[in-house]
Formats: sequence, C-alpha cells, structure tokens
Amino acid sequence: MHALIQGLILGVLTGGVYALMASGQTLIFGIMKVVNLAQGAMVILSAYLAYQMFTSWGVDPFLAIPVVAAVMFAVGVAVELAFLRPLRRDDRAELSLLVTFAVALLIEGVMSVTWNTTERTIDTSYANASWTVLGYQVTVVRFWAFVLSLAVLGLLWLLLRRTRFGRAVRATVQNPESAELLGVETRRIRALGFGIGAATTAAAGAVYGLLYPFNSGSHYDLISRLLSIVVLGGMGSVGGAVIAALVVSTSTAVVATVSPIWSEMTFFVILILVLLVRPRGLFGAVGRGAV
Amino acid sequence: MSFDGTVRAVVLFAVLVVAPLAGLQHWVVNLAVFVLMFAVMSSAWNLVGGFAGYPSLGHAAFFGIGAYTLGIISKHLTVTTGYEPFYWLPVIGLIGAAIGAPIAAVSMRTRADVFAIVTITLLFVVQTLAFNLRGITGGSQGLAFPIPPFDASWFELPYYYVLVGMLALVMAVTVAVMRSKVGLGLSAVRADEDKARGIGVPTGGLKVLAFSVSVGFTAMVGGVWGYYESFIYPQFAVDPLITIAIVLMTFLGGRATLWGPLLGAAILEGGQQYLAYELGGSQFYLIAYALVFLLIMLVLPRGIVPTVADRLRLRRRRRRQAAAAVAEPEPDRPLADPDPKVVAR
Repeated sequence: MHALIQGLILGVLTGGVYALMASGQTLIFGIMKVVNLAQGAMVILSAYLAYQMFTSWGVDPFLAIPVVAAVMFAVGVAVELAFLRPLRRDDRAELSLLVTFAVALLIEGVMSVTWNTTERTIDTSYANASWTVLGYQVTVVRFWAFVLSLAVLGLLWLLLRRTRFGRAVRATVQNPESAELLGVETRRIRALGFGIGAATTAAAGAVYGLLYPFNSGSHYDLISRLLSIVVLGGMGSVGGAVIAALVVSTSTAVVATVSPIWSEMTFFVILILVLLVRPRGLFGAVGRGAV
Repeated sequence: MSFDGTVRAVVLFAVLVVAPLAGLQHWVVNLAVFVLMFAVMSSAWNLVGGFAGYPSLGHAAFFGIGAYTLGIISKHLTVTTGYEPFYWLPVIGLIGAAIGAPIAAVSMRTRADVFAIVTITLLFVVQTLAFNLRGITGGSQGLAFPIPPFDASWFELPYYYVLVGMLALVMAVTVAVMRSKVGLGLSAVRADEDKARGIGVPTGGLKVLAFSVSVGFTAMVGGVWGYYESFIYPQFAVDPLITIAIVLMTFLGGRATLWGPLLGAAILEGGQQYLAYELGGSQFYLIAYALVFLLIMLVLPRGIVPTVADRLRLRRRRRRQAAAAVAEPEPDRPLADPDPKVVAR
C-alpha cells in the first residue's frame, strides 16, 4: 500500500511535466492541424540549452527558462516560416508529419555535433534532495517541476482565454476561413502559435534535464510518449492532454511498483484500449484527425 | 501495365539478373542488396501509404518482427544454414501479415495523422519488447543467426537474388492492385473514405488487406536482412530511421506509382551510403540527410514520377497545339494543377 501511494505521488508529479510538454504539442495541432514530431527534439534541445547555461555560467535551470523560452520561440517561428508554410494545403497533414520528422532529425544532428552523444545530466545542488511527508518521499525537483507546470499551463490558459490574441487563436482553431473573413491574420497566428508551442518546451526541457540523464537520441523515447498522450486526450484539446498525461504517468508509475521493465508498455496498452472504444480520444472533437 | 511498362520491367529485371554475373565488386553488390531491400519495402509501404493514403510510420516494427522471427525459428527449429532460412521467408511473411491484421483493424479506425501516431508508437513498443523479452530475443545482447556457409567470393549473391525475386513479386502485386477493383477501392479510401463507404466500397476490409500484405513483405525483408547481418540488436532491427527512409523514398519517387518507390530507393539509399561514407557516422551525416529530406519535401512534394509525367504530358500537348494551330497560335494555357489525390500512373 505504501509503495502504491508512493507510486501515485510520483505519477502525479511526473504527469505535470508531461502535461506541459503535451499541451504545447496539442496547441500546435489545434491551430495548424500539424502533428509536430519535432516536439520531443525541441524538449531535448531546451534541456541542452539549460545544461549549457548551468555548466558555463552557473545559471539555475529554473531561472534559465525565460531565456530558453525566447530562443525556442524563435526556433519555432523559424521552422514554421521556412518549412511548414510552403506546404500545399491539400496534403499538409501528411507532408507536415514528414517535414517535422526531418526537423527532429536536423535538431538531433545539430545536438550530436555540438554536444556529442554522451549522456548529460544537469547536476544542481538540489538535484537529489527530497522531503519526507508523512513517510512518503517527495523529491524537491519533481515538486517544483509540478508547480512550474501548473503555472505555465495557467499562463497558457490565460493567454488563450483572456487576451485578444487568444481569441484570434481560438477562432483560427474553430474555423480558419471565417476567422480570416473577420480580419484575423491566420498566417501570423499560425507562426506565433507554433512559436508558443515550441516555447513551452523550454520549461519542460529544463525540468527534464534535472530529472533524467539525456543525450541527442532521447527525443525518440519522448516523442512516442507525448504522441500517445496527445492522441489519448483527443487531438487539439489542451485540457484533454493534461488529463491524459496524468492518467498515463500515474498508471505507469503504479505499474512500475510491480514491474519496472514493463511499466514502459503501460501507455501503449491504455492507448489501444481507448482507441478501441473511442477512436477520437477522450476529449477529441469529431473530425479532428480521427473518426 | 502498358506495353512500354512491360518492356521497362523486362529490361530492369534482365539487367538485375545478369549484372552480378559480370563480376561486380563486392561493395557494389553490397550496395545493391541494400537498395533492393529498401525498394521492396518502399513498394510494400506504397500499397498502404500511397494507394490508401494511410501513412504508416510503424513499418520498421514489422521489419524487426521479421528479423527476430527468422532468427528465433533458426535457433529453435535447428534450421541448418545455407539456403534453408530462405525457404522460411514465406512463413515469415504470413506471420508478419497475421500480426499486422488485428493491429490494422484497431489502428485504422483512426484517420491519417492519428494513424501515423499510433503506428509510430507501435514501433517503440516492439523495440521495447525486443529489449525486454530477453529469454527469446537476447535483449540488448543481440540475437545470432546461423553462420551462412557461402563462399566469400559470392557471399552477397544468394541474398541479392532472393531480393530480386521479392521485388518482382511486390511489383507484380502493385500492378495487380492498380489494375483491379482493389486499387480503385483504395484510391477511393484515400480520396474520401466516408463517401467510399457510403457507396458500398468495403473500406474496412480493403484497408486491413493492404496493411497486412504490406507488412508481410516488410517482415520478409527483415528476415533477409537479419540473415545477411547474421547478428541483430533491438536498436538496429527496430529503427525509426528505417521507417522514415521507406516513407521518404516513396515520397521522393511518387506515391501510388509503380516505379516511384524503386526510383526513390535507388537515389536515396545510394546517396545515403555516399553521405555516410563521406561525412562519417551519424554526426554531420544526420544533418545532411535531414536537409536533403526537407529539400525534397519543399521542391518535389508530389515526387519525381508524377512531376515528370506532368512535364511530358504538358510538352506533348504543346506540340499538338503547335501542330494544330500553325495558322492561329493559341496562347499557352498552364496545365491545370492535377489533384494529387487522383492516382498518377
């Protein structure tokens, strides 16, 4: 029982981090109907940037986030302008998968040239610290990562729900043609939306670098998990992604208390089960990529 | 297939059969073996990714399943070496197809992009299985195949000819699909699946059929690859780069065409081996590969075969117009942009 509750705590805390990564991904899908296979690579790139700022200048990874976010925002906008905008509209869905995969390979290549393929960790003084609450271990990094994820998700929610820009984004998601007729510059919204999706990886990457060792190939592992979360939650639904992330990571952590090796498979089993019953995911709208 | 096409096919396979007898160097035959592997796999991927428009990113999973199945069969059924592992290839194909059918039935309930995601997830699951089922697959220690007793002077040739045979088979299947109601049904699925189902096309069955046949071929190639390498590891047997190479080759050559995948495989696998040789393993090479990849997507989104076919058609029309309108020259009308969803043959 103790191990089970410990697993639950771990799962919920980790779920926050995945929720953050997946919300960027699902936002990009919602705005652009583009499945960004480079999202995992962008998380790892952010982790490397945070790592570099920490080892070179001693900047704390949490404090590095705004700088990394600015850089990733620029990277995201550049990718959209250079590679996604020129795609023809009628086969954009198919081609964008391949283009973003190529971008992932490009980022992986740049990372393995710059930092080679040795596994890195961001080794702060508090990296292994933990509190004991009522006999349960709560690692400091995971706790702050969870708080940070909630904060960023909150900001994202405010941006989408309470600003003019957010209203334009939501209009673009719902109906690009009508939005354009009403004067929304959907092309600009797309570029900025991709940039914001990429910028969310800054926080996710800093936390990922604190929690796990990583190298340039780590994004493959990450992307399969992110994609399952996004599909499970329903493509384009930010709330769905958050709930799916919590479901997946909690069940993974609970299974891990029984068998660490097989816990990696949990997300796939859940994904298959959900797709059998509900092909559009938990909160997906009809006609968004799924039946 | 038209008369031209038949001639082209006869010439191609005559060259493929005769060429090694002229005493090619080993590195050439080795390169040809890999080009053929990818030509068979891209042609197979084309059946589901090109004709039906379901871009599977999980085919490398079946490549790995094929390789491991043949390895495990060789180990436990005491298959002697030599040609005997090749006789098992049809069984490998059937096993691959049998595993693929239920997976297709579930995953093809989703549409294009979600389908791609589910299949890429499948790929990582199979890789995890290969790592974790240590008792069967040897885990990260790898799995050994029986040592082939072929003489070093013609070591590659048995694999080469088996792959030429498989290429002939998969191209025959492609032609059969293109000329039959199956191909028509798959094109309808790609164009508008709901309407197709509405007018009575058995979309579900067709999709599962196309996927099973496709992954069956992929598994067979995996088997040949495993025997050729004679030692396999999870990270190389189930490699996302294999998936992406297959997809890219089909896109470069032209989706839903007979010759596109073959052309794409010849250009890309050749180029890849060259880049890997010139730029060294997986560092700048990955960057160069990604840039080539992006360039193809931006410059030739429809692939070589459909683009060239359009150019030829345009030129022929111009010539006809010029002949017809000697008296009264007609202004050039731009060729209407053909709908990429219509099968380009």
